[in-house]
Amino acid sequence: MESESVVRSSDPAYISINDVEKTYAADESPIPALKGINLDIAAGEFVSIVGPSGCGKSTLLKCVAGLQGVSSGSISIRQQQVKAPPDNMAIVFQRDVLFDWRTVLDNVLILVEFRGLRRQDYEQRALELLKDYGLDGYAHRFPWELSGGMRQRVAICRALIVDPDLLLMDEPFGALDAMTRDDLNAELERLWYETRKTVIFITHGIDEAVYLADRVVVMARNPGRIAEIVPIDIPRPRPLSIRQTEEFGKYVQHIRHLFASMGLLKAE
Amino acid sequence: MSYWRKTEQARTILVVLAVLVVVWEMSVRIFGIRSFLLPAPTIVISDIIDHPAFFARQSLYTVYVTSVGFFIALVGGVLAAIAIVSSSFIDRTFYTLLVATNSIPKVALAPLFVIWLGTGGAPKIAIAAIIAIFPIVINTTVGLRAIDNDMIDLARSARAPRWDVMMKVRFPNALPSVFAGAKIGISFALIGAIVGEFVAGEQGLGYVILTSQATFNSTRAFAAILVLGVLGTIMFFMIEAVERWMLPWHVSQRSQKGR
Repeated sequence: MESESVVRSSDPAYISINDVEKTYAADESPIPALKGINLDIAAGEFVSIVGPSGCGKSTLLKCVAGLQGVSSGSISIRQQQVKAPPDNMAIVFQRDVLFDWRTVLDNVLILVEFRGLRRQDYEQRALELLKDYGLDGYAHRFPWELSGGMRQRVAICRALIVDPDLLLMDEPFGALDAMTRDDLNAELERLWYETRKTVIFITHGIDEAVYLADRVVVMARNPGRIAEIVPIDIPRPRPLSIRQTEEFGKYVQHIRHLFASMGLLKAE
Repeated sequence: MSYWRKTEQARTILVVLAVLVVVWEMSVRIFGIRSFLLPAPTIVISDIIDHPAFFARQSLYTVYVTSVGFFIALVGGVLAAIAIVSSSFIDRTFYTLLVATNSIPKVALAPLFVIWLGTGGAPKIAIAAIIAIFPIVINTTVGLRAIDNDMIDLARSARAPRWDVMMKVRFPNALPSVFAGAKIGISFALIGAIVGEFVAGEQGLGYVILTSQATFNSTRAFAAILVLGVLGTIMFFMIEAVERWMLPWHVSQRSQKGR
């Protein structure tokens, strides 16, 4: 394994996923979850991963996050092989995973505590983040007093509190209603435009994937693999109305056809 | 909404109790039942009213035994559950043994505690504690284990130390289960205290019941049982009040589900 340390000659990718395979042990034969995944992601790039349920997209994200190991192949971030969760990374889950027993402010600060940093140093930043996300005045309320959209905004503030370079998002808006999702999409696009964090964004929604990403990775299942990588050349910043343009529609249509050819969607 | 339902429920219970007491009183009077068999409620209550200092003193002792036993069970039970969840060795040995012995009626140990600890307060407290600790350990262990995987992943993503995961994630998440165990535990502790007083006592409500039986003073026994019932109910609702205060998030969810 030691000889596998990745040394790249020129223009090293921020995240480098090399021939990753992931199988789950089962009674009879192991179940392949991911096979032959190769993907390089540049620093400051926004990559959406879209695919059907069971295509292993969440598994892939957990492997990048260092929460799960790969069966073969390697993942490296800044040429460091991922063996444990990297330092400058934060995750946003589909469910907000807020702690009901903590106030909104204390929820935002939990990762600061987990990392053994001083709370006082981050309290001001936490309040500013909450203000940015329209949660002014909710700092001392509890999660169960908030709506679903507000809760997910708190979860995003929590991820941003330590100012991570890498943001991993696992269907973060999947459980929200359409209007709230639009709002959060626009906010995320603005956030990315202003901070240029590296983002991996997993979703079921083709529209959402195209709207946000520099590249959309389309995955197929059985076993989970990359079907196609679609670069999205739509200028930024992107207002929500861009989704009505013909250009946007062409990208969405293309990905739809890809799924249709897998037998997953009926082509219109 | 839930407040109205609660008060309605309380009113129903009160009406049922009142009807029961009236029927009891009437039957005793109409059929002329002798008071050593079944004393009328009015006689039972007047016994308490006529001897307030006596009942207060005996109640205080039983409450003392119950609450000390319960407190030991609560602290010991929660610590044991944390140890069980943290160490697979303790899980396989101690917890397995605990679950296996759970079906033994613990009151059967009462005479042994008298041999080991004498006839003072200690054996009674020990019995109360040993009976109460079972539901607390088991409920807390189940609660500590019933954790959302995403919560653990969130903590791992920030490389949280194990102690933080236990104290800031698992334990608060398990608090509703701790309270569920504590509510059973407080009733069990009261049973333990009474059994302890039955086996070797010089005071307490259990002792009062036992000595009343010896002298066919059923009125006194009924009075002691009535006081016990009231005490048990008060202690249960005190735990629930603490739960309401500590876990507003959980209580609010529960009342929403019940709607």
